[in-house]
Amino acid sequence: MRAWLRQHRQALAAAFGKIGAQKAAAALNALVIGIALSLPAGGYALLGGLRAATAGAALEPQLSLFLRADATRADAEALGARLKGEARLRGLRFVPREQALKELQSSEGLAEVVAALGRNPLPDAFVLHPASSDPATIEALAAELRALPGVAHVQADSAWARRLRAIAGTARLAIALLAALLAFGLVAITFNTIRLQILTQRAEIEISKLIGATDAFIRRPFYYLGALQGLAGGLVALAILWSSIAALNIGVAELAASYGSDFRLNFLAPGDSLAVLLFSVGLGWLGAYLSVSKYLLEIEPR
Amino acid sequence: MISFSAVAKRYPGGQEALKGLSFSIAQGEFAFIAGHSGAGKSTLLKLIPAIERPTSGTVLVNGQNVGALKKSAVPYLRRNVGLVFQDQKLLYDRSVYDNVMLPLAFSELGGREAARRARAALEKVGLAARERANPIQLSGGEQQRLAIARAVVNRPAILIADEPTANLDAASAASVLEIFAAFNQVGVTVLVATHDEALIGRFARRVLRLARGSIVP
Repeated sequence: MRAWLRQHRQALAAAFGKIGAQKAAAALNALVIGIALSLPAGGYALLGGLRAATAGAALEPQLSLFLRADATRADAEALGARLKGEARLRGLRFVPREQALKELQSSEGLAEVVAALGRNPLPDAFVLHPASSDPATIEALAAELRALPGVAHVQADSAWARRLRAIAGTARLAIALLAALLAFGLVAITFNTIRLQILTQRAEIEISKLIGATDAFIRRPFYYLGALQGLAGGLVALAILWSSIAALNIGVAELAASYGSDFRLNFLAPGDSLAVLLFSVGLGWLGAYLSVSKYLLEIEPR
Repeated sequence: MISFSAVAKRYPGGQEALKGLSFSIAQGEFAFIAGHSGAGKSTLLKLIPAIERPTSGTVLVNGQNVGALKKSAVPYLRRNVGLVFQDQKLLYDRSVYDNVMLPLAFSELGGREAARRARAALEKVGLAARERANPIQLSGGEQQRLAIARAVVNRPAILIADEPTANLDAASAASVLEIFAAFNQVGVTVLVATHDEALIGRFARRVLRLARGSIVP
């Protein structure tokens, strides 16, 4: 066990040695990998920002049910009790007219307009969450609810939610495709780097095989080299992402302030950052594995 | 220790390097493989550490059938066979000491014991004072002695050398052979391929003569 650990330590040291011996090439590789990785990682971070920005709005389909203006609170409570028994709803929230007015007043630029009205023009309302997300089912449910006594208007909010979800889904798919494409690129870069290393060390590999080195012993430093290259690329990607988000936030802060918001783009969460690093290390290792599997077989002492 | 039984070797191009060789080398024996260039000496030696596999026949090393050995088992066979080549096969991007340490990197030995072994091997071949030098700074004879140190550092039971003195002057060649004889005296089986009849004459040892892939009297 100790010998095995020592061999791993030696392999890791050898990999660091190889990087140290070719600093410029290693830095260039890390930069290329970092730029490639920063694109999907950046897309993911922006999507996270979009999700945060729309957090106030429901992405799930919902129905807004408005009571008639002359409906009393007792009417609202009776309707609420009836809606709670509706199996096609998985939840509901009562929005009293006073609360609705308060929310309207808090909206940027509307406080003065509301104050000028002199009275509360808003009705009591329910926000309903249908159990099904099927548009036809939701529309049918809305039609039934419109017919209930005391109900003035039912608005199905599923269309825009569907659109937003479709956009977010497409963006997620595009990011996944981009990540997959660039992952191939990263594997190819590492594959080629390791190939060149193997060719450079051909004599050493041949001699090592002659004097009894196992394939695992010979492969190990190359695996570490690939993984370290991936790790360096991952760190560069995070650095690029952090700098880009910091730069973008200058403009975003200004834009958000004009809407009375303190919204900012966030850097990746620690778990996501770790995932980026593990992903890049894994791809680096894979590139090394493929390269070593192909080229070490070709080197046999003669 | 080493046993060849009706061993033939034909290379992919069709060249027949060995034809039905049968002989045995006992444990602790010192033998020369003599013959002109192209006689099959190198091929014979390459069969012992499984650098080449026989086309037919059986090569036994320490009871192991080398021809039937799995690829994954070959490194463990080679650790028990010290190899010395005419062209030394040294690494010129590292020191004399690091060259000798190479086989110990994948041994079970700890760092301190490995260093002690490496220095002891260099001591035996008279290169202890040159451990920090680069092999390129050594003479031909010293480079060959360094190759011997690397071959014996793992304390193999068998030491085989392919034309180890071919590029050396007479004095250096004799010195290299003396080192082989010294290892043989402590029980190492030594097999040296050479075409230098004068050198063979200086050491009264068993000689296997090869001509066109066959053993001749």
